[in-house]
Amino acid sequence: MKIQIAGVGKTFGSGAPALGGIDLEIAEREFVCLLGPSGCGKSTLLNIVAGFLAPTTGRVLVDGSPVTAPGADRGVVFQEYVLFPWLSVAGNVEFGLKLKGLSRAERERTVARYLDLVGLGAHAAKFPTQLSGGMKQRVAIARALANSPSIILMDEPFGALDAQTREVLQDELSRIQRLEHKTIVFVTHSIREAVYLADRVVVMTSAPGRIKQIFEVKLGEVRDRFAPEFTEIESAITRTVKEEVAKVHE
Amino acid sequence: MELSGVAALMEWGLRGPAVARRRALRLKLAAIVGFLALWSIVSGAVAALKLFNPIFLPGPWVVLGALVTLAAKGQLWGHVVATLERVAVGFSTGAVLAIGFGLPVGYFRALRNVVEPVVELLRPIPPLAMLPLFIVWVGIGEGSKVGFITYATFFPMFLTTVHAVRHLDPLLVRAAQSLGARPAQLFFRVILPAALPEILTGIRLGVALSFFVIVISEFIGAERGLGYLINDGRNFFLVPQMLGAAVLLGLLGYTGNAIARAAERRFLRWQSPS
Repeated sequence: MKIQIAGVGKTFGSGAPALGGIDLEIAEREFVCLLGPSGCGKSTLLNIVAGFLAPTTGRVLVDGSPVTAPGADRGVVFQEYVLFPWLSVAGNVEFGLKLKGLSRAERERTVARYLDLVGLGAHAAKFPTQLSGGMKQRVAIARALANSPSIILMDEPFGALDAQTREVLQDELSRIQRLEHKTIVFVTHSIREAVYLADRVVVMTSAPGRIKQIFEVKLGEVRDRFAPEFTEIESAITRTVKEEVAKVHE
Repeated sequence: MELSGVAALMEWGLRGPAVARRRALRLKLAAIVGFLALWSIVSGAVAALKLFNPIFLPGPWVVLGALVTLAAKGQLWGHVVATLERVAVGFSTGAVLAIGFGLPVGYFRALRNVVEPVVELLRPIPPLAMLPLFIVWVGIGEGSKVGFITYATFFPMFLTTVHAVRHLDPLLVRAAQSLGARPAQLFFRVILPAALPEILTGIRLGVALSFFVIVISEFIGAERGLGYLINDGRNFFLVPQMLGAAVLLGLLGYTGNAIARAAERRFLRWQSPS
């Protein structure tokens, strides 16, 4: 198993637990979506896997060793893009490569390759302030990929984008995953997005966050959002999520 | 903090953001020429109508004359250099100390909890109140003047640095860490550049303050410097010399601010790339 999440719980301060004991195993090259209403602790779980937060109980193993801090083996893509505004597009993608001390030629080659992959080859010299939200998130994805982590953690990466841009980026991510074969943990509250992208969709409950049900999405690599099988899974997950949302409002 | 207000005021003076560039330049020149003309007329009127002793308000040409005379005697340059040297040494020491201490104090909460109360205690003391003490401690020579500039400029630059680091977007740090940044790399490649805009604002405050305090420390026991020139002019009733030195200080301060702003534009090009 690539990622083993064992009994992971998180309580902030003296409040109610945000995350109950979570057990989840994620295989190498698997694309897993964490889905649930806001406040279900899905981002907290992702932050624990990233090493930004320490769990109150349980532990996370990556390749068998416990996660204690953030590291270059787990790339992160944030909803807020979080590009370094003082660096150009190329500079952002190059950031991790520079930290590793790669040669200039090697860095340039890698940067060019990943900027082309996300379709931003022509914008290498621009600064983040000159980019649209969708372009910024492409840079963030290229930055994460260029650093060649085995795992990519994505925290509602398309949540701040408009609906059209969002679908375009879903298409791109799906295409990139067919080429790069990363292990991806993707947090979202969009059921369609989860069904479109994931091998498995983990539906979470709130207060405290727990796993309610796991759906396997056996739809093949290239998916059609309007195919009957797609809609079928989408409705099944929607029913499960609705139960949860209803409970929250009772 | 009032800093943004002060910074904006320093940036734009009383004018507000610029109009179209060429028009702004023309307006500026016209305003300066107008001011000089008004000054000439008033001082001319004082002399012509014998309102009061014209020695109190010499016209701009008299002030310029005084400066030219001083320059011709070969004295002016020495005074300008003395002042600039003190400002340069005092200010750069202050900047290095302020940024050097400000970055870690801003970043490490434990350190901040220790340092902040002390700084908050010292900061409200007007720097000028400490000048006599500096003279008692370091003597009346260069040390007290340079040290005084360092002391006075340290606080605004230190506080802006601390503030900048403290209000850094924590996600930038997370992003860098998950790209593999180790602590030293984090410091030089993320925290420093992210804090730079505000640090540079602090530096500009520091430059302005340097010229502010150097004059007063040169009033006391200096043999050279523009502040000395003003004080010397007062003793011997040389009003043109006093005004001339003041004008030169104004020009130096203006140039200092212009250099600091040019540095900001150079280092912060990413904020508004063309």
